[in-house]
Amino acid sequence: MASRLIHQRRLSDDTWRVAQTPAGLPADADALVSLADWLAHRDAWRARGGRLGVALEPADDPLALSDDLDCLALVTVNFPAFTDGRGYSTARLLRERVGYAGQLRAVGDVFKDQLFYLSRVGFDAFLLREGETADDALAALDTFSEAYQASVERPEPLFRRRLG
Amino acid sequence: MYFYDDIDQRIIDERVAQFRDQTNRYLAGRLSEEDFRPHRLQNGLYIQRHAPMLRVAIPYGVLSSRQLRMLAQVARTYDRGFGHFTTRQNMQFNWPKLEDVPQILADLATVQMHAIQTSGNCIRNTTTDHFAGVAGDELLDPRPYCELIRQWSTFHPEFAFLPRKFKIAVNGAVHDRAATRVHDIGIDLVRAADGALGYRILVGGGLGRTPLIGQVIREFLPERHLLTYLDAVLRVYNRFGRRDNKYKARIKILVKERGLAVFQAAVEEEWSHLMDGPATVVPEELARIRSRIAVHPYATLPATDAGVERMLQEDVAFRRWHQRNVFAHKVAGYACVTLSLKSTGVAPGDISADAMDAVAALADHHGFGELRVSHEQNLILPDVPVAELPTVFAAARALGLAHPNVGMITNIIACPGGDYCSLANARSIPVAQALQERFDDLDYQYDIGELDLNISGCMNACGHHHVGHIGILGVDKHGEEFYQVTIGGSQTAPAALGRVIGPSLKQDEVPDAVERMIDRYLGLRDSEVERFVDVVARVGIEPFKESVYGLKAHSSTPTV
Ligand code: SF4
Repeated sequence: MASRLIHQRRLSDDTWRVAQTPAGLPADADALVSLADWLAHRDAWRARGGRLGVALEPADDPLALSDDLDCLALVTVNFPAFTDGRGYSTARLLRERVGYAGQLRAVGDVFKDQLFYLSRVGFDAFLLREGETADDALAALDTFSEAYQASVERPEPLFRRRLG
Repeated sequence: MYFYDDIDQRIIDERVAQFRDQTNRYLAGRLSEEDFRPHRLQNGLYIQRHAPMLRVAIPYGVLSSRQLRMLAQVARTYDRGFGHFTTRQNMQFNWPKLEDVPQILADLATVQMHAIQTSGNCIRNTTTDHFAGVAGDELLDPRPYCELIRQWSTFHPEFAFLPRKFKIAVNGAVHDRAATRVHDIGIDLVRAADGALGYRILVGGGLGRTPLIGQVIREFLPERHLLTYLDAVLRVYNRFGRRDNKYKARIKILVKERGLAVFQAAVEEEWSHLMDGPATVVPEELARIRSRIAVHPYATLPATDAGVERMLQEDVAFRRWHQRNVFAHKVAGYACVTLSLKSTGVAPGDISADAMDAVAALADHHGFGELRVSHEQNLILPDVPVAELPTVFAAARALGLAHPNVGMITNIIACPGGDYCSLANARSIPVAQALQERFDDLDYQYDIGELDLNISGCMNACGHHHVGHIGILGVDKHGEEFYQVTIGGSQTAPAALGRVIGPSLKQDEVPDAVERMIDRYLGLRDSEVERFVDVVARVGIEPFKESVYGLKAHSSTPTV
């Protein structure tokens, strides 16, 4: 099956394994943990070797990861339905407030028509829902050549850039 | 209006291409109805009772004659030769074909128009005073701030999928003609004691199922902070607004459930991180916007005109029209003229393509080619030289647009209701027409004086029934159309929500009920200056209730 993961505008393989505790996990496996499991076993997670990622749900507070920047290589934000827009604020807070610079991946009900907005608030990876083709979706990143607002992608709003 | 630069134009052109792709994928079966729906809604496209309905944005109600001609062309080419102005200063077409919509949007884009965010759970078209920039009682011209908000809200990446729709209104005048108290965010332009410019911000107002008056969340916000503060309010709403129940998803419910103080603290905390950030408004941007909003070359004209004065003495029809439909302009020698789209026999807000063309010509000949759309669903010629008023009156009369009823009982605000809207419980238009017929006699109307009568076909309150002095709401009773009547509402400060007078009425009972209340009012008022709504405030609803239900047993009218 063709990959449906886009990372930094390229098709990419998903190496991450969902886990609840470090127990029984190969030492070098890339482990993706829910926020609750992360907070419950933080020390145990930190003690292991492989890369770590946290999976956020729409209601999760991204500021809970403020002290974990040093050890996170992935944060995923779930969109149970594309019309649930909380994840857009989650992403901006992670990038702009928490200062997270690693891979930020939108997962769930993710398809072509959201990619432009998602990339502007700081997502650099998209796991497309089943049935979507990555080529079609990639083109959507360039739907608009300009945008008015300040965003993660272009921190200066258009009105400041117009001055130049 | 604000004239686009290349970038503004490119953005709406790219939107047309995006929507064409979405429509093609939908028609080819590659995008499901469920996934297409929120996207078409954000482009103003509903699928309703008869056909798709397309809602075109008229940002803050300002329109050029060229744009109005394009709306006429769209009405002729893709619709049935007419359009409908809404209570949010937009225009709706009720009969376009889905396959045509991308091309309609492409046509509109050639005159800097679009349908962006005129529907859907996103930030909608910002509205303001229909006399913005020309009103005699204006403190500050709201248009540059509206444009700033238009650009900020257009495709804001963080707020495209909010819990529910979000409406912002801006007022810069002594009299609030923008109904800011019943918007998700209301903004008053104000000056601090030291003369500094800024805003009073209200939050959580709205109509619909749970009508609430907005509360002040910030008494004074300095001018440069507008966008960062809006970002903060919207972020708190986006993260914490309810998404479990669409009837509880508006920001007003969040504010009500948490309490204003708690909501305000959350906004202030969020704002403390955003304040003075990159989205802080720079004076150069306001200056740039102002330079792109046409400032008209007003001539130095005498404030009065002998011919007009004479006609005011001699011609009673002209005098009435002048009294009701002509509004003071801030430049001496000019006047603002309201063209009434509320003639008896025409659905409120409806206008034919031919009339649109004729009105566009009037705007060119008696003004600077600019028009306004009011939330009362009328069109306005904002810059008519006083000496030309008789000519404009004659032309408007020939077009059937000179009905002298602005502010009066037959200037009914009504949503499209059950004739067009699939959400309706009942029809609005026949009720409006029956009332217009009942009160058609001008002497009677003038005797009644100022009265706002608003009709909505369902709880969604597109006809703003809660803030009508008399409000009429369509309700469904075992599949039959009934109407609930409220009185005492007001959209201007102090804004108030109407109270229900009693059990709902059948359609044919509504004109009698209204007439009986009016008779009671005429008997109760102190003088001719005491308006219907003032009497309700003074004596309460009881006498009116009695006038309608009287000794008639309540059991004979179904309770809804
Ligand atoms: S108030 Fe109801 S019936 Fe009227 S237009 Fe709005 S949704 Fe439709």
